[in-house]
Amino acid sequence: MTALLKIDGLRKRFGGNEAVKNVSFEVNPGECVVLAGDNGAGKSTVIKMISGVYQPTDGKVYMNGALLTGKTPEAVRTAGIETIYQDLALADNLDPGLNLYLGREAVKHVLRFPYLDRKKMREDAAKVMLSLGIVVPDPAAPVREMSGGQRQAIAIARAIHWQAGIVIMDEPTAALGVPEQREVMALIERLKKQGVGIILISHNLPDIFAAADRIIVLARGVVAGERRPAETNDEEIVRMMMGATL
Amino acid sequence: MTDNTVNGSNTNTKPGGTSFVRSLLNAWSWLFLILILGFFEIYAQTQTGSTLLFRIYNLQAISIAASQILLLGLGLTLVIVAGHIDLSIAFSTGFAAVVMALIIRTAGADAGWVTVILAMLAGLGAAALVGAVNGWLVAILNVPSFIGTLGTYGIARGAALIVAGGATVSIRNDHTRAFGNGDILGLPVPLVVAAVLTLICHYLLKHTRFGAHTYALGANRASVERAGVNVKKHLILLFILSAFTAGIGGLIYTSRFSAGAANAGEPILLYAVAAVFIGGASLTGGQGTITGTVIGAFIIAVIQFGLVFCGLPPYWQFVAVGLVIIVAVLVDQSKDRLMGGKS
Repeated sequence: MTALLKIDGLRKRFGGNEAVKNVSFEVNPGECVVLAGDNGAGKSTVIKMISGVYQPTDGKVYMNGALLTGKTPEAVRTAGIETIYQDLALADNLDPGLNLYLGREAVKHVLRFPYLDRKKMREDAAKVMLSLGIVVPDPAAPVREMSGGQRQAIAIARAIHWQAGIVIMDEPTAALGVPEQREVMALIERLKKQGVGIILISHNLPDIFAAADRIIVLARGVVAGERRPAETNDEEIVRMMMGATL
Repeated sequence: MTDNTVNGSNTNTKPGGTSFVRSLLNAWSWLFLILILGFFEIYAQTQTGSTLLFRIYNLQAISIAASQILLLGLGLTLVIVAGHIDLSIAFSTGFAAVVMALIIRTAGADAGWVTVILAMLAGLGAAALVGAVNGWLVAILNVPSFIGTLGTYGIARGAALIVAGGATVSIRNDHTRAFGNGDILGLPVPLVVAAVLTLICHYLLKHTRFGAHTYALGANRASVERAGVNVKKHLILLFILSAFTAGIGGLIYTSRFSAGAANAGEPILLYAVAAVFIGGASLTGGQGTITGTVIGAFIIAVIQFGLVFCGLPPYWQFVAVGLVIIVAVLVDQSKDRLMGGKS
């Protein structure tokens, strides 16, 4: 199987501090790769180099064989890599449709004047949400009236609707209650079934084991180890997370 | 709905009983407007044997007062929806009024239509300049809009007083007077101008991508930024729009009274801000509509006119409008509590 996303020798230096030293891994379609590691291990820096927010000091990122390194965050998103941030970046006062289309709103013309096509946006949102197993009770209601899991689903729906090949999720369950954490894990399963490759950042062990096809442990800017969940256990992962310091 | 597996833990389901209260709270400004109209009408009928509602003169006076408030409040609505405020509109109005009047006075009493129109454009340019400075301060220099526009409030006030030489610039020009006091299809010009601008602003805010971005900006700046919208440019355009509608208020002032005064907009600032909040906007941004602002402006205009109509000293209007503002904020808060979200 050819990799969807290939990360090759990424390095990032901030002044005298080398946050990421040498990180390489691949993500295949329909696979969930968990980047695990303690705070300061370099997880976020790696993610930002993939999404185009940081430019790496060295190393390259390929999507479907095409070089991504050096592109702007917008260009990276167009290439099919969608990042879902912890805070979701939803506009709480707008309906799911507008949130799905934010920045790329659908427009129809009435007497030559452009009008927002709210109906189309709402229908599309409901459709994508349904493919994630979520029935939107009132498609015209603002998203602040929805539960944490449903809101997460909107952010994920955005990635699906714009046909992302890779979805990066930064601590998606960090701010959620237990039932909503389960909703998010169910969403990740559905994304995988749709052939989307997922990079999940987490330091929550139950999440890691529930979602991962592969676990890549980062410690002090390097890959401390790579395991399949079946081959390992909590203890070993924690040891690897701490490893470089021992 | 059997495949609704992820929806199981929806904790936000609202009991049916509150939905009635919610729609009542949403429509409260309409109800309030009807209530005060009814009150003043009953007062007029029973106490003085006259009528408030069924005389064209009264309705005209109320709608002209409302148009004045609206001209300052329309652009302001978009600024407030985006989560900011524009205090400088008070003197964008005055600045535009004075600049227009000065040019017409310099051109002389027999200045023609072309001169009048050029003078109006110059007045609008002066107002737009204030808006551009506001936009630059808020969008580029990240100055909080309350402070930034308080600064330009002072600067525009000074600039207007300086160009006017500290006095009211009176003019004698038939075209100007005909415009300010004329009719279009039987409706007073200020009302028609305010109505057209209302429609434009409503369209902008409700039906365009620009409007959607304005709402999103008010709720969560990161949401629009990450969606690739140029937020700085958007903010600058909003402040120019706000100064622009206020500037048109200045042109109407000069045309109606044949005089440009630096403080033409000052007494209306509070009313304009109040109209926007009575109309359902929230200080934290993300909420508010042009329809709401129109109702807010009419509520204030009816209170202004009604109290005087009842023979109360005009100062009571300040008390009454102040009370309505507080009620509006209380309604907004209870709405938030009912609808979840911020509280």
